[in-house]
Amino acid sequence: MSWIGHLVNAVSLGVVYGLVAVSVGLVFGVLRQVNLAQGEVIALGAYSLWMTRDLPVVVRIVFCIALCVAMSLVIQVIIFRPLRGASALTTLIVTFGLSYALEGVWTIVFGTNGQPVSMLSSLNNLVVGGDIGLRWITLVEMAVGGIFFAVLVLVLYGSKIGVMMRATAEDFRTARLVGVRIDRVVTLAFVFGGVSAAMVAILFTVQTPLVTPTLGFNLITLGLVGTVLGGIDRLGRATAGGFVVGFVNSLLGAIIPQELLVFLPMLTFMFVIVVLVVRPAGLFTPKGSNMERV
Amino acid sequence: MRSKFRLVAELVGPLAAVAIVTVYGSTMSIAQQGNVTNILVTATIVVALYVFTGNSGVMSFGQVSFVAVGAFAAGILTSPTLSRQANMPSLFKFLGTTQISNFDSLLLGAGLGALFALLVGVVLLRLSGLSAGIATFAVLEITYDVLSYWDKIGPGVMPVVLVPVTTTLVMGALGLGVAIAVAFAYQRTRSCRLLRATREDAVAAQGIGISIFQHRLIAFTISGAIAGFAGALFVHELGSISTGQVYIDLTFATLAMLVVGGTGSLWGAVLGGIALGVLETFLSNAENGVAIGSLHVTLPNGLSVVIVGVIMVVVLIFAPRGITGSHEFLERFFSHGPAKTGTGTESESTAKMPDEEPPEVPLSPRPTS
Repeated sequence: MSWIGHLVNAVSLGVVYGLVAVSVGLVFGVLRQVNLAQGEVIALGAYSLWMTRDLPVVVRIVFCIALCVAMSLVIQVIIFRPLRGASALTTLIVTFGLSYALEGVWTIVFGTNGQPVSMLSSLNNLVVGGDIGLRWITLVEMAVGGIFFAVLVLVLYGSKIGVMMRATAEDFRTARLVGVRIDRVVTLAFVFGGVSAAMVAILFTVQTPLVTPTLGFNLITLGLVGTVLGGIDRLGRATAGGFVVGFVNSLLGAIIPQELLVFLPMLTFMFVIVVLVVRPAGLFTPKGSNMERV
Repeated sequence: MRSKFRLVAELVGPLAAVAIVTVYGSTMSIAQQGNVTNILVTATIVVALYVFTGNSGVMSFGQVSFVAVGAFAAGILTSPTLSRQANMPSLFKFLGTTQISNFDSLLLGAGLGALFALLVGVVLLRLSGLSAGIATFAVLEITYDVLSYWDKIGPGVMPVVLVPVTTTLVMGALGLGVAIAVAFAYQRTRSCRLLRATREDAVAAQGIGISIFQHRLIAFTISGAIAGFAGALFVHELGSISTGQVYIDLTFATLAMLVVGGTGSLWGAVLGGIALGVLETFLSNAENGVAIGSLHVTLPNGLSVVIVGVIMVVVLIFAPRGITGSHEFLERFFSHGPAKTGTGTESESTAKMPDEEPPEVPLSPRPTS
């Protein structure tokens, strides 16, 4: 495959991780807390596609989105409401525990070896063959990712609740002081998180049609890494960070020699460490802004 | 006088807990003694984690990397050279031929753990909070990847096998005892007190001239030494080791033990390690079928993880300082009035303030544009 083909594939994975990063970044923006359990929302979405395997595609998609939003809200109520005000690190550890517990649940309910999900597999066919190797799913991903982000921007900048959300992200205390209903804003952030998780679940299973218990954890770790790399406190930067991690990972996977491919995680995480040390506030945060250093 | 008692209790409490577990374990069958040994070794890793996280308030997901290095070094260098030639033909020459005693391998594990931690710490310990969490997680991933695939330093995807089994119940107890003693001795040092000051209030501590980086690095290195030592104990307990055994599952298990016990105290680390260790052992035995009275119960595979995870979540939400309240053994009994020492992680004083605004944001204040 030519380098254009590799780039196209890299965009594909980049969009997926960009969507993961959106959901992490939204919650962090409002609450200053990390939701690692978002990965398990994705996993549930993917399993739901297996559960509904005999139904029409539209029904499956709607069901997947509904289930992801519901689970996202349940996590909000059970975990994040009691922990309102706790630090990012505390919530990271709590949701780490929750993710592990849920992974156990998936193992019990769906088995260790995973379940095959055939979902819109015709999207893996080529649009442009030959050297470029562009598949339909890549186009769909770009479209879905683009539309989702456009809707998000429209809501954030064009609606009252969006203004409230941005105000909350800017200054939680003042926002509440001037009458922003924090609970609504938080709920909205988790609803968006659920929708984006559902889309990740759908897009990812089209390309990788085997859902295993560790799927969610694997996606969220790299997604969170991307979020922090990009700059977790700004949604746009966080999303871009997620995109970069997916993009770079896919590209490196294509260009490094086959026998060194096993060291791809090492390269990825080396890159993470270098960025964190050199630019602790994020890759896309301008130099000179205050950063966490203590 | 009281404070002297309190100090003695701080050391004797955890040691007594270990002694009780060991004596009780020695009355069990050989197979169950193996389980008890495993609990003690795992608790040693929890103590290692505590030495850094408990005293500094910085969470590390990377301490199991030091366990891995200690375990693989000790395992490879004590296994028979013939087995190494057969299973790991591409090892570096000195790794393929050097043979050391089991006791030396414990020291080697500790030394390598400390060295690796020092190197990692120099690079990473200027980070805090979330960034530190991610960066240490990256270290875990890198260590796992390299150990799994670089066949010059290890067996690659195969396990290290035929490692002499010498970590018996008594040796496990001694190992944990040594770790507790080291952690206790470190707690008595000036450096550790300064580090605890930075945990309580980083800005104020810096204001009076404490170098956060320096004291964190010391704690990180000592923690790495204990972790490497625990790794060596671990490999001599199992008789073999593969990278999957010293990866995320172990990180999760030990982290859960620490936060459930209480991040801010040595007693919490030991008690959490033992209590959750006993629970986990029972549950994973039950996953293979266990007789309770006349009932034969087989729990579904994966249930132990679910239960431990839920316990961890519940404890962190309702008792963020853990079941010991992050107090040392009998600390409240000896102290006058309400205890003032020890918070857990950077966060915990705020964790019980529902409906309060987030604390001073750990990341940057927003530009006003």
